[in-house]
Amino acid sequence: MPESVTLLVDGVSVTMPAGSMVAAAILKSGKHAFRRSATSEPRGPLCGMGICFECRVTIDGEAHCRSCQTLCENGMDVGTDG
Amino acid sequence: MGDSRRDLLIVGAGPAGLAAAYHAAKNGLRVTVVDDNPAAGGQIWRGEQPKATSAEARAWFEKVRSVDIQFIEGARVFQQPRPGVLLAETRHDVRELRYDALILATGARERFLPFPGWTLPNVMGAGGLQALVKTGLPIEGKRVVVGGSGPLLLAVAAYLRGHGAEVLLIAEQASSARLARFGLGLLSKSAQALSLKRQLSGVKYLNSCWPLAAHGQDKLERVTLFRRGKRWQVACDYLACGFHLVPNVELAELLGCIVDRGGVRVDDFQQTTVPHVYSAGESTGIGGLELSLVEGEIAGLAVAEKLDEARSLFPLRLRQRKFADLLNRTFALRDELKALVQPDTIVCRCEDVTFERLRAHSSWRVAKLQTRCGMGPCQGRVCGGAVEFLLGWRVESVRPPVLPVRVESLR
Repeated sequence: MPESVTLLVDGVSVTMPAGSMVAAAILKSGKHAFRRSATSEPRGPLCGMGICFECRVTIDGEAHCRSCQTLCENGMDVGTDG
Repeated sequence: MGDSRRDLLIVGAGPAGLAAAYHAAKNGLRVTVVDDNPAAGGQIWRGEQPKATSAEARAWFEKVRSVDIQFIEGARVFQQPRPGVLLAETRHDVRELRYDALILATGARERFLPFPGWTLPNVMGAGGLQALVKTGLPIEGKRVVVGGSGPLLLAVAAYLRGHGAEVLLIAEQASSARLARFGLGLLSKSAQALSLKRQLSGVKYLNSCWPLAAHGQDKLERVTLFRRGKRWQVACDYLACGFHLVPNVELAELLGCIVDRGGVRVDDFQQTTVPHVYSAGESTGIGGLELSLVEGEIAGLAVAEKLDEARSLFPLRLRQRKFADLLNRTFALRDELKALVQPDTIVCRCEDVTFERLRAHSSWRVAKLQTRCGMGPCQGRVCGGAVEFLLGWRVESVRPPVLPVRVESLR
């Protein structure tokens, strides 16, 4: 298994240890707002375990993916709505 | 070749699920464990594979590896299309999971209480921040305020500090009198308690203290704390805040199991009110790691019809339940916390429903119909625990799918 993976967060390249979650990569990239709420507030992860859905982002074109439960993969393209 | 073994399906690969799986597999059942996380261990043993830091986790992972168990990771159970079958969605498809017996070891989540600013990015659960750090978030040099209630706060603070965070303080809402009584109860676990104390030496631990508000423009910048009539502000990067735990009972409700206020109702052998459906661990009530393990063991043995062996564990379970009662009394939330939420504070984060809109209604059901609270993606998993405490509402009416899934997963 490779020791690190590199993915894109809103077009910015981020390298993470293998086994990292996408939510951690987004925060590491300097982004804090993962999505906009119903009234356009910025929101980021709350529960870290797939319950709250606040960390949902678009991953490789699929919307509403929970980034706290998705493993980083090489070349993954992550888009926030923040 | 025919295989006449009975199929046991276990939902949840935390300590209870693993303990159950081990005993059932050892005693001749064909065991499948399904979990929504990419690796087994649940929340408490997250990241403990392949290298475990806790001796207990290492011992259990070794036991589990010594028997034949099928693990399905990264799959979320969302529906029972007919008795004996559950559907689970993975990143790419849907798995149909057949069972003769089922054990729900779905664990617990943090209870979140709304206060002004709690929706700001970087205000997270205590376990929430820990989970992110365990899965790659760099925390070195970050200033963290840990707040809320429960023993989890200490474990999280110690973990974050061990990874280089500057833990500014731990704000525990429980009073010193309650904590002192719990301290006595902790003697039985003194090695753990002493180790935590060592890891946290020099970190301020304030009882009767809680966050009043979080402030910031687009993300958290400061927290206002409150203790005995005094309020003050602390600048920080993260607020890790959870008010103890609530059991995950949605799947049990979907299957028709009776759920009491404290968790899924079970008999002596951990069987729910639905035949062949068992529950073990935090889903039956908040009780900590040791209770989860022994409940899991009993459930696994019971399904394997090793009833005498299961019975031999009842005294241990009773001791752990007494400890759990003490734990839950100690960290029971004080009424003053009901005043944290302000009329314009958002309670339902999915639909942005404020407290003043909610409290105009008489029940969860009416409020749902009128305001859409609890009808967003989390299906009330976050605001449910809050309104239960704030308004005394019973949060119910679970329906399939218990989680949002892709349209093509529904059939």
